[in-house]
Amino acid sequence: MTTVDATGVANADYDPRDDIPLYAPAPKVYPQRVKGRFRRIKWGLLIACLGLYYLLPFVRWNRGSSLPDQAVLIDLERKRFYFFFIELWPQEVYYLTGLLILAAIILFLMNAVAGRVWCGYLCPQTVWTDLFMSVERFFQGDRRDRIKLDDAPWSFDKIWRKAATHLSWLVIAWWTGGAWVLYFADAPTLVMQLATLQAPMTAYLWIGILTFTTYVLAGHMREQVCLYMCPWPRIQAALTDADALNVTYRYDRGEPRVSVKQAAKLREAGQPAGDCIDCHQCVAVCPTGVDIRAGAQLGCIQCGLCIDACDDVMRKVMRPPGLIGYDTEAAVVARDAKATPPARRLIRPRTILYAAIISLVGGAMLYQLATRSLLDLAVNHERTPLFTTLRDGSIRNSYTLRIANKRSEARPLAITVGGPAGTTVEISGASPSADWRPIVTVPADSSIEIKLFVAMPRSVATRSSQLIQIKASDLAFGESATVKENFFAP
Amino acid sequence: MASESEKPAVDAVTGTATTGHEWDGIQELNTPLPRWWLWTLYLTIVWSIGYWIVYPAWPLISSHTTGVLNYSSRAEVGQELVKLAALRTTQAAGLANASLTEIKASPDLQRIALARGKAAFGDNCAPCHGGAATGAAGFPNLIDDEWIWGGKLDDIQKTILHGIRWEQNPETRVGNMPAFGRTGMLKRDEISQAVEYVRSIAGLDVDKAVDLGKGKEVFAANCASCHGEGGKGNQELGAPDLTDAIWLYGSSRQAMTEGLINGRGGIMPAWSARLDPVTIKALTVYVHGLGGGQ
Repeated sequence: MTTVDATGVANADYDPRDDIPLYAPAPKVYPQRVKGRFRRIKWGLLIACLGLYYLLPFVRWNRGSSLPDQAVLIDLERKRFYFFFIELWPQEVYYLTGLLILAAIILFLMNAVAGRVWCGYLCPQTVWTDLFMSVERFFQGDRRDRIKLDDAPWSFDKIWRKAATHLSWLVIAWWTGGAWVLYFADAPTLVMQLATLQAPMTAYLWIGILTFTTYVLAGHMREQVCLYMCPWPRIQAALTDADALNVTYRYDRGEPRVSVKQAAKLREAGQPAGDCIDCHQCVAVCPTGVDIRAGAQLGCIQCGLCIDACDDVMRKVMRPPGLIGYDTEAAVVARDAKATPPARRLIRPRTILYAAIISLVGGAMLYQLATRSLLDLAVNHERTPLFTTLRDGSIRNSYTLRIANKRSEARPLAITVGGPAGTTVEISGASPSADWRPIVTVPADSSIEIKLFVAMPRSVATRSSQLIQIKASDLAFGESATVKENFFAP
Repeated sequence: MASESEKPAVDAVTGTATTGHEWDGIQELNTPLPRWWLWTLYLTIVWSIGYWIVYPAWPLISSHTTGVLNYSSRAEVGQELVKLAALRTTQAAGLANASLTEIKASPDLQRIALARGKAAFGDNCAPCHGGAATGAAGFPNLIDDEWIWGGKLDDIQKTILHGIRWEQNPETRVGNMPAFGRTGMLKRDEISQAVEYVRSIAGLDVDKAVDLGKGKEVFAANCASCHGEGGKGNQELGAPDLTDAIWLYGSSRQAMTEGLINGRGGIMPAWSARLDPVTIKALTVYVHGLGGGQ
């Protein structure tokens, strides 16, 4: 069992398995500047996404004097969520479930149609990393300069470039957190409070947390987030199929890789020569540092920057562009078999299924939202006792009725109970209307709880339980809501 | 086992190195974590050290390290309780300065009174009247509309303050149902006749064999002085209405006969000596709001 260890010395205890690294290296990626179609799309989306994120809290929306006028606001203190014309109460949090289902299926559909569009263009990790990289490039230069700078000994030049980069990153990160908290309070007021250092402690805390995460994730972790933290690359690997668009290197055109001169010679001699000149530009521009020529892989976020880089090179060496491009697995297989790539199938079972689920869930949510009542009733039957006998022998049940008024005006409601003849309703503290219906007034945008005593003569309270309808009718808006509940008798 | 030629092998399918561990031909791939994962572990350790410094952490022989913040969840609860006591003092002042009708009229005061009343009811009244105030045989149901000693706010407050048949309290209200049978005031058949007559005016089933006319005479001579000519009762004397559907001791023939033989007279303690006036006010409003208040 004597073996030779790495230094060439015989060592009985040496086991080569000990040399297997326990931790994977995370080599620093130095993406190179690139110009082209996909880069322009990415800039456009970056401006749109960040613009939306930073400016949305300042958009105003008039909801009357008693409610906040911020278009998008999560009001934790008053427990309301405002989104333009929508106002949601905590009990309507199920819309969030619907939204999450929608988001997931839309991601699935995006993936089935155009691959990892989310990862490459829209994911916050990608967008902020892109922004941070451009800052880095501004202060430290392009790929080669940055590599050189990192290798160089510390000097004034290196220090100020590094310091300026990190300082700018921190400022952006601070603003990221700063914009985040604006969604939870009146934005202009909070900005003023932040400027005069009078904002609540929670605001500073959250800005601090988001400054830290943005700085670390977009400045330092970058592709490590995609490779090790994010579940989506794994999920999409299971979702992709032969017809999904992916950023693909065309083996059939590219191989064998030879230099420009060599290729010219080979082509003259009538021998096969690939278009790939092995210039590594696709690797140099890649923000996650992968080699797309190795095929579809977890690390590839499909941002299309290698397409821009490769097309540029192809133009320079006078070969047709598109050596790397958005392509499907089906087309790759067909070309491998020297067949014509099949037409891309956009309509296929999974896209139909995804689209169907999206329209179903989206439609159900819209319907629910459009028809939801601004007057909600919830009733609880008093359990102890289920019923009480009164002096005249009639049976009384008591209920707790919660009435939610989602309008921004106080509204008087007439409460009536539908049941057999002789059924009466009594509400402590309620004033009767002209026709003797008890009236309760619910303040604007709030809910109240009232105790309801419903009595029936013994002659009609014959069954041990029967359904009654409790109805609240709005005298001002003509709206009404009804709940059913059991009436118990001996 | 290690041999001279062994090197980290590479899995043909995935291109990943294997660790060399093999079970029945299944090899373990080496897919190591990035090193920053290790650093996050170290970071959590450093964080925990910061925690030790800031918060109470280490047990000592008879105490523990307190941390620079000197934080204690027990002290925090204490502060919360002090705040709560202060709040309750303010609320109590509000109740003390308002009359019962003012409390009923103000939603805020009523809310406070109901909350305090509910708690006080559970602590003091529920053992006899039940948690839901539905009472039991001999202990009045407080949620129906029958009141032996009156169901107005003032009546209820009076009952709570001074009790019923509570001798230690000079203002307590007393009204006794005599033991007609035991003392020989009525004979057996007179008792039966009275019982059947009362059943007839209460709308209960009646034994046809008994002479109701004689029963009416017995009632007029012995019962009407307190319960009234028509048996409608008298709240001044605590004499229950005998014509309604509510029976403190049940409406069975046996229960009624027993009442006539042995008499009745349940006791309710006076609470003026045991509860403060604000709590009694709150209890009054609470009981009044249970469903029977007049």
